[in-house]
Amino acid sequence: MTSQMTPLLGIIGAGRLGTAVARQALRAGYSVQLANSRGPASLALPLSVLLPGAKAAELTELARTSDLIVLALPLHAYRSMSPELLAGKVVIDAMNYWSPTEGRIEEFVGSHSSSEYLQTYFSKSRLVKTLNHIAYHELEEDALPADAVNRRGLALAGDDLSAKQLVSQLINELGFEAVDLGPLARGVLFEPDTPLFNTRLSAAQIRTLTATTPS
Amino acid sequence: MELGVYSFGDVQRSQTGLGPTSQAITNLLEAIQLADKVGLDFFGVGEHHTAYFPASSPATILAAAAATTTHITLSSAVSVLSTDDPVRVYQQFATANIISGGRVEIVAGRGSSTESFPLFGYDLRDYDALYAEKLALLLQINDLGPNEPLTWEGQFRAPLQNIAIVPQPDSPLTIWLATGGNPESSIRAAALGLPIAYAIIGGHMSRFAPLVDLYRRAAEQYEMKPSDVKIAIASPGYIAEDAKDAKDTFWKHWGWTMATLGKVRGFAAPSRAHYDAESQQDGALFAGSPDEIADRIIALHASIGHSRHFFQMDVGQLPHDKFLRSIELLGTEVAPRVRAAIKDKK
Ligand SMILES: NC(=O)c1ccc[n+]([C@@H]2O[C@H](COP(=O)([O-])OP(=O)(O)OC[C@H]3O[C@@H](n4cnc5c(N)ncnc54)[C@H](OP(=O)(O)O)[C@@H]3O)[C@@H](O)[C@H]2O)c1
Repeated sequence: MTSQMTPLLGIIGAGRLGTAVARQALRAGYSVQLANSRGPASLALPLSVLLPGAKAAELTELARTSDLIVLALPLHAYRSMSPELLAGKVVIDAMNYWSPTEGRIEEFVGSHSSSEYLQTYFSKSRLVKTLNHIAYHELEEDALPADAVNRRGLALAGDDLSAKQLVSQLINELGFEAVDLGPLARGVLFEPDTPLFNTRLSAAQIRTLTATTPS
Repeated sequence: MELGVYSFGDVQRSQTGLGPTSQAITNLLEAIQLADKVGLDFFGVGEHHTAYFPASSPATILAAAAATTTHITLSSAVSVLSTDDPVRVYQQFATANIISGGRVEIVAGRGSSTESFPLFGYDLRDYDALYAEKLALLLQINDLGPNEPLTWEGQFRAPLQNIAIVPQPDSPLTIWLATGGNPESSIRAAALGLPIAYAIIGGHMSRFAPLVDLYRRAAEQYEMKPSDVKIAIASPGYIAEDAKDAKDTFWKHWGWTMATLGKVRGFAAPSRAHYDAESQQDGALFAGSPDEIADRIIALHASIGHSRHFFQMDVGQLPHDKFLRSIELLGTEVAPRVRAAIKDKK
């Protein structure tokens, strides 16, 4: 991807979060394609009404052509994708594990971040965890331009610096200040049941809240 | 425009903490009777199974209300179909409907909480499949002709071999589909030929306008009968004579509920600033004076064109007398202003 071209954002999952990310990305000038489990035809009507300009794609086609991919599907559905599908890609993991609503999923039980497990599963992708700790509608309601005061911050974590740069730029263009909290393991800082989860915080507040927590 | 109330049966505060669940049920029945008396159009009871929301059996309460009210529409809001037997749900609501003289409806949905899964022995991993199968069965039962037997087979309950499901009301139950904003649900409602109820419990109301548009477009595509294409909105709300009093009171109880819910769902408690922003204009929280609430309903109707709006008032141990007063104000102060402003076509 060159910086002059509009990056092609691929979103897997066209539900609440997927469509909200798509809408903001379209506004920011990205080209956007979405896929679900039922094929592009099932997305024709919703995209024409909700997201004019976005394209419905076949999952494999989306995975092949996108510069950046967002996982916006229920967590357990990751298994429906082979690790090869997303090989070589920068992938945003926006999904959450929370057993009271998701049910118990063995591989996510424990003190590690759900994204760490997914990184081992999608071992040939470069995973960045973000967009998981904001309510989908707030992606639109709270978005502000870069020079605004009191802009809301969004945390991110990942093991690959260039991937994080790309994702930080997206977050910024969506209307939020990206706050890099370090390696993917630090993703536990903004998972469900943490002070960062679903809370409106500035970048500075996020840094203060996480500074005392050892990595 | 129809106006009303919905409730999960809020438990009162006692000296030691939570009051008795029995009191919550008698309070709920009293509230429904008052809503009928002050001329409100709708009362919904939302199935929940917790120590602070004990309305676990909406059909039972609605049957009692059916016998003691005269014109109000009574409904679940919602029935958690996924963890119930659609045959039994139909029978209970059909019975209450008959007692009421045709005033009982069902709002079916996934429900926002999952406590009924372990309670009734269902697996959360079957969340989507359970809902799809049980909703389809309920609709099939509701569509049967007089004394027409049913033959059915599925994954989650015993097959039905040529069995009549009784009693049947004189005309089928009105069944609504409830959704919280997933686009696919708006299409699903239209594909099934059902009216839709949007639960809007946070954020801006206007963000639902595109979804309503999607529902209407899908209704055309699936050739729904125009008279079945109906939109209801459910949102938190509380009315008192004085706007500031209404906002302060609701903050105390709504705020407590959100903080409690947050612990279960893993999110932090909302701030007062957030609450204040959402309890005005395009926000989802309808706490205020009668004038203010009437204006906001009228404004929302102009953008969304809904035909029914109902409010959840009794949350977080709202004192019962305040709940009753809020119902009364909705019926006697808000409703006349809204009706005067919106000339109903029906
Ligand atoms: N809702 C929020 O506010 C929010 C905020 C931050 C993060 N999240 C996270 O985002 C994820 C999605 O949440 P949501 O609320 O957007 O859910 P949702 O509204 O239910 O949407 C889920 C989407 O995923 C699709 N999907 C399901 N299985 C799939 C598969 N195997 N392959 C491809 N697509 C599939 C669904 O379409 P089909 O079933 O038709 O395929 C649907 O479009 C969750 O992990 C959640 O934790 C949500």
